[in-house]
Amino acid sequence: MDRFHEKDISGCGIIGIMEQSGKRFSGRDIITSIASMRERANGLGGGFAAYGIYPEFKRDWCFHMMFENKSAMVQTEEYIRDNYKIVKDEIIPTKEDKSIKYRPLLWRYFLQPKEEKKKLHYDITEEDFVAKTVIEINTRISGAFVASSGKNMGVFKGVGYPEDIGRFYRLEEYEAYIWTAHGRFPTNTVGWWGGAHPFGLLDWSVIHNGEISSYGINKRFLLNYGYVCAFFTDTEVITYLFDLLVRKHKLSFEVAADILTAPFWDDIERQSEEKREISQALRIIYGSALVNGPFSVIVANTNTMVGLNDRIKLRPLVAATSGNKLYIASEESAIREVCPTPDEVWMPKAGEPVIGRLKGKNG
Amino acid sequence: MAKRPTPTEFIIERDEGKCIACQVCVRMCSNDAHSYDPETDTVTSDSTKCVGCHFCETICPTGAIIIKRNPSEFKLNANWSAQVIRNITKQAETSGVLLTGMGCDKPYPVYWDHIVLNASQVTNPSIDPLREPMELRTYIGRKPDRIELTAHSPQSTEKNKIPSAMDYRLLTKLSPQLKLETPILFSAMSYGSISLNACISLARAAKEIGTFYNTGEGGLHKDLYEYGAHTIVQVASGRFGVHREYLEAGAAIEIKIGQGAKPGIGGHLPGEKVSEEISQTRMIPVGTDALSPAPHHDIYSIEDLKQLIFALKEATRYSKPVGVKISAVHNVAPIASGIVRAGADFVAIDGLRGGTGAAPTVIRDNVGIPIELAIAAVDNRLREEGIRNQASLIAAGGIRSSSDVIKAIALGADAVYIGTAALVAMGCNLCQRCYTGKCNWGIATQDPYLTKRLNPDIGTRRLVNLLRAWSLEIKEMLGGMGINAIESLRGNREQLRGVGLSDTDLKLLGIKPAGEAW
Repeated sequence: MDRFHEKDISGCGIIGIMEQSGKRFSGRDIITSIASMRERANGLGGGFAAYGIYPEFKRDWCFHMMFENKSAMVQTEEYIRDNYKIVKDEIIPTKEDKSIKYRPLLWRYFLQPKEEKKKLHYDITEEDFVAKTVIEINTRISGAFVASSGKNMGVFKGVGYPEDIGRFYRLEEYEAYIWTAHGRFPTNTVGWWGGAHPFGLLDWSVIHNGEISSYGINKRFLLNYGYVCAFFTDTEVITYLFDLLVRKHKLSFEVAADILTAPFWDDIERQSEEKREISQALRIIYGSALVNGPFSVIVANTNTMVGLNDRIKLRPLVAATSGNKLYIASEESAIREVCPTPDEVWMPKAGEPVIGRLKGKNG
Repeated sequence: MAKRPTPTEFIIERDEGKCIACQVCVRMCSNDAHSYDPETDTVTSDSTKCVGCHFCETICPTGAIIIKRNPSEFKLNANWSAQVIRNITKQAETSGVLLTGMGCDKPYPVYWDHIVLNASQVTNPSIDPLREPMELRTYIGRKPDRIELTAHSPQSTEKNKIPSAMDYRLLTKLSPQLKLETPILFSAMSYGSISLNACISLARAAKEIGTFYNTGEGGLHKDLYEYGAHTIVQVASGRFGVHREYLEAGAAIEIKIGQGAKPGIGGHLPGEKVSEEISQTRMIPVGTDALSPAPHHDIYSIEDLKQLIFALKEATRYSKPVGVKISAVHNVAPIASGIVRAGADFVAIDGLRGGTGAAPTVIRDNVGIPIELAIAAVDNRLREEGIRNQASLIAAGGIRSSSDVIKAIALGADAVYIGTAALVAMGCNLCQRCYTGKCNWGIATQDPYLTKRLNPDIGTRRLVNLLRAWSLEIKEMLGGMGINAIESLRGNREQLRGVGLSDTDLKLLGIKPAGEAW
């Protein structure tokens, strides 16, 4: 089976915890929390995203790499060295865990793009240059996979139950202000390390529980804007959609949510005239970006963590706050496991985003 | 040599035991196939005159008539079929171009019948359209690349309020759009090729359903102006009936370059059909042939088309979409791309099996390509060029059922045109003799004795019924796929699989073979 040509379908457990003040906290809680949703995974994939973990390298692009063999590493390093200054590189520290049988070589690089190489692409932004590198490595170099490529963040994932993966990566030793975690129950892909969630590109990370029936058109819509979907995963498509809408089209997360999980026409008819005009325009222009099918998803970037449900809430999503902390999870129990008495707990409505923002920033 | 009569195509069988000689068939048949002999008080039939429209069979109160294909058979020959021999005989007699009506009836592969749809199982719940919202609304017209909104308005600073689309102001001015409540429109059929009653039926049904019908190149009869908000007015090479009020009356304008049934040639309405009313509507003298030229004589290249598109937009002050209809030919994808770049807001593509009121048989049956391949190629091409959002695609030519509609949309069409299916709903049995003007069903005729047989109220109801039924079926199929808005299916070829198609066909259609997973 060709891992790049099988669309990813899975049922899953997801959780995200964000300290909106920007205060960092250890990965212990997120591991405890996701462990309580073990039922929702089947041991074929687990992973975490963490923001704020490399403050001493916060200006450098950090690539978390997975190499299946030494030659993939050699090729990748050669490619990276061509285009970037390597500020630092090291093995990603891990701890043996008896449940993790096989593991690829895990390495991380802190990088600065070479200005003269970037200039070869005319007016390309630094983000686009990095995104290009990621896609290049992932699609061209066999046995090499970029798990994450943002600044001051990283994705830690692999084949196994998420709590085992978390311990394996020694996440309790890291401190972050956003943690997201994913336990996977894939129905059709042999578990491979790169295929686990979160999906990471630039500072985006996406974890997702669901199956996107509109995948075929979302993918082709993105093609119209120059995005080539290389991995056939729903998370990839969701990541690119957020990248297009939020980073390139400069829309807020709220408006992006109104596009991805657009209100029904009947509801739009009942809106005030001003709002109706906008809602109609959004659906007319971005109809092909509507994400259909059951899903709950947690998307994060440097300043923001967003939870979103499909239009008719076919997958679970619960949110809670406790002080500055925002929790979004598949199950309330996962939240209460680490925060027994939240200030507020609620079930977000279908298509209504839950948004956590770093205080003092407009994500 | 003996004069060879053209072999009779149909046999009229009359059950004498049942026939009560009421003569309704005699009075009704526009081809005079039945006659009454008062001396014997019997009705007899002349099978040589029968066109196989089955009207008499339908109205015979005692069920005494059955129309059958003539069982008399030539010696079996795979190359020289009865049809071939019949055609040669006709041409040897007349030296004429063989005419026909409706769409190609040759057994080219129908790709719709080799494409199957998906449904949800376990990993993805299907949706019941009777319990959950299921949206078919479709907008036809140019879409911008992105939306422009201004930032938050002051009232959004309210505490704890989640800002949403409400807190912005829209800067983007959308191009004019056609709003369809179901992604099906009635294809261009001119007043002239079909009766006013048929036109009224289409117009009223379009209004009731919330979609559009198309005037064809027949102009707009004064009685149809009231349906202007549901009318696409056509500008064809003959410019018949095109004037300021006409352009202003429609909700959209369609420039007709070609038609699936007769790519590369113009239209022909025989003088016999040009009555006083048609003369006024088309702005031509009574009784003259209405010949529309093969090309538009002001369009010899793509830049000329651009001028016409913008001339029409200027004339209507950019208040309505202007689209272009072409027939599906080999180079359809680059042509469509050029049309989009020339400023068209929608492109209608009419495939090999598209219908007509009159066309040379040889053209109808041998020119053009199937719509399935054309729509796939065009949609691909526009996406590769990053201009798919700039125009809507309407697929036409042989759409027979809701499943054809949904497959066309999944291949990449925004909506479909139906012509033949609408005529069948009004009574047509596809005898393919529209060009004679003797349609017994009162559809493709201007003879007042015949046109009154089509009651526009009943015609409207039947068309509305058809569109409702298809829409319900589309919703069921969408729900089965776990999709609740048609735009999530549009161009979503992952939901299609090919059965019994070659690798090349699959590649051109952009779909996987059945049996292959995601």
